[in-house]
Amino acid sequence: MGTPGRPRGSLERLERGLCPSYAGGAPRMSALMLTLLAPLIGGVALILTRAPGPAGWLNLGVSALTFGGAIWLALSVGLQGSLEGAGFRVDAFNVYLVVLTAFVGMTTSIFSRPYMRHVCASGRISTGSLRIYHGMYQAFMLTMLVALTTDNLGVLWVAVEGATLATVLLVSLYRTPEAVEAAWKYFILCGVGIALALFGTVLTYFASQHVVQDPDAGLTWSVLYANAHALDPTVMRIAFVFLLVGYGTKVGLVPMHQWLPDAHSEGPTPMSAVLSGLLLNVALYAVVRLKMLVDGSLAETATPHLAGSLLMGFGLVSFVVAGLFLHRQRDIKRMFSYSSIEHMGLMTFAFGLGGPLATFGALLHMLVHSLTKSAIFVTVGHATHIAGTQAIDRIRGLIRTQPAVGWSLLIGVTAIAGFPPFGVFTSEFLLLTATMQSYPWLTVVLLSGLVVAFAGLFRHLHPMVYGTAPEGQQPVQANMLPVLLHLGLVLWLGLAIPSFLAAWLDSATQLITGSHLL
Amino acid sequence: MSLTAMTLLQQFVLLLAALALFLSFVLLAQPRLVAAIHVFAWQGGLVAAVTLTVAMAGDASHLYFSALLTFGLKALLIPWMLHRLTRRLGLARHTETLTRPALVIMAAVVLVIFSYWVVVPMVAQGLAFTRNIIAVSLAVVLIGLLMMVFRQQAVAQVLGFMSMENGLFLAAVSATAGMPLVVELGVAFDVLVAMVLFGVFFFQIRESIDSLDVDRLNRLTETNEVEGAS
Repeated sequence: MGTPGRPRGSLERLERGLCPSYAGGAPRMSALMLTLLAPLIGGVALILTRAPGPAGWLNLGVSALTFGGAIWLALSVGLQGSLEGAGFRVDAFNVYLVVLTAFVGMTTSIFSRPYMRHVCASGRISTGSLRIYHGMYQAFMLTMLVALTTDNLGVLWVAVEGATLATVLLVSLYRTPEAVEAAWKYFILCGVGIALALFGTVLTYFASQHVVQDPDAGLTWSVLYANAHALDPTVMRIAFVFLLVGYGTKVGLVPMHQWLPDAHSEGPTPMSAVLSGLLLNVALYAVVRLKMLVDGSLAETATPHLAGSLLMGFGLVSFVVAGLFLHRQRDIKRMFSYSSIEHMGLMTFAFGLGGPLATFGALLHMLVHSLTKSAIFVTVGHATHIAGTQAIDRIRGLIRTQPAVGWSLLIGVTAIAGFPPFGVFTSEFLLLTATMQSYPWLTVVLLSGLVVAFAGLFRHLHPMVYGTAPEGQQPVQANMLPVLLHLGLVLWLGLAIPSFLAAWLDSATQLITGSHLL
Repeated sequence: MSLTAMTLLQQFVLLLAALALFLSFVLLAQPRLVAAIHVFAWQGGLVAAVTLTVAMAGDASHLYFSALLTFGLKALLIPWMLHRLTRRLGLARHTETLTRPALVIMAAVVLVIFSYWVVVPMVAQGLAFTRNIIAVSLAVVLIGLLMMVFRQQAVAQVLGFMSMENGLFLAAVSATAGMPLVVELGVAFDVLVAMVLFGVFFFQIRESIDSLDVDRLNRLTETNEVEGAS
């Protein structure tokens, strides 16, 4: 699955596909191969590593190698334009998500090493489970990266389904009845959702057969995009509904979100960080790619914005419902998973809105949300170790017990709630401006949603960080480096977006909407 | 949708697909677990037969391979794995009590009508055959979904899941003459891994609630007290 093989007799096409970018194409391909092979080989090695100590370091090393490959890939795409061939396609849009995925994967592995050792030492999991954990961690990274870089809609589906399979055992890692229940729910709901997405993919393929001559290229996104105007609109319309429901389940859109809070709250905390920070993004990425196809196909019909309107509707409902649900949470990880649903809803809404400004804002929001949310989950992991529970009622006085954890939680939540000077404020401001331009009355809904969510977060947060600590509450050994890195980056993005990043996001915006913002 | 306008071959494919749909109904209302697994195996065999027919008619050589793959996976390997699991879990004689089976069958009928309604706009394509086959496979998918909702037994839910996959294979093979080989292999791999994981979960669920009645997995709700650490 790691290197999706080529279809039969595709060698010449492979050569042809590589030709446009063959000036220095081989080293560029090897950047991609490094990014994909590192987690593949690392995952196999980690399954075989029995000793828990070195396994944590190996996991970190593999993740760092993947990140190095991603940076190399990004540089080559940034300098020489997009890379296509051998069934892969890396352009400005997905390379930025590749870098983000590899980065969060790496920082989470920094956190996961001492965290999982603590869990293992406390006897909650065996060393065998730890092996599964590390192997599946890398398998998950692999599926994410394949889903992002592949050019084939079928392989995209296979990789997203693979991500479910890789993480489902991790959700039930603790083997408590709750964890098993959460994992089963996750498995069944995402399995059904993704099956509907496959039906949508089959319908897309059916539509493409009347347009694309070569059956092997019938699911290649670039070919479909070039011929999008010729795809039958009726079939594409039906297909998109299935695809949206399917991938939307993984994005966590209401009402298909039921699995998300359970899986986040019962799995190990590093898993919650990567699920929230990465998996949801990748699913949304798939939806956006498909929306681009459907928009092309429906452009000449009576309902050219059907896909956008659907996204706006689902996004807005998720945003509002999740904001309200924040108020009644009693489990700290559940609470933050609802916050993730809320932000994914906002991004879905923005991509549905379309236009350069909203798209730029949504891309920036994807970035800052991933960074902030994974930093929060890392902090929450330490906080639950300090308090010995996930119950919000019993986490008290974090600042007094361990200032680093308490302050990080406070700053992280301030950032995610959209306060200046953090990056989330910038992106939300852009999104509100975009909404104001096209649907002024919806800004009221968005603003009140943001206020409701803010209130929901802070009413729970306040007693957790301030308040008096219960007697005998001890600080734990905590590595705050990932949190510092993430929150520092989010702060930087809030104060001044570096020009190279702005140009990068702008070229991604140009890919998606067809026009520049800057 | 005049049936006589189709070639004999298309009618034959449609007949096989309709039989697969019929087996979906049987699967839905079959209370005995082992019998349900057999029905599922037959359904897999029918999907493989459809693939073989399309392969012979359309001279698409790679479809022979996927017919073999479907037959091996859906008609032999997965039913065999499920059989083995039910025996090891002591469920070989298990019979599920179904609440309101008549109502569920009615719901399934409604789903079939709904599937035909969904494909009505595809008139532009003009092909009676493709419309029929897409409607039938969508119905198989949706009935699998209904089965997962309606059955409380974990093994039965997995059967529903797998019959959804059958519907998807049916659509891919008959409406589009098969997906590209990479995709087909990837999907088959995912299904196989999913089956292995389902097996692992049967044991985890039984360990945690002492039964495979998934309805009793109800500890996670919005208002529950939170216990334990992480």
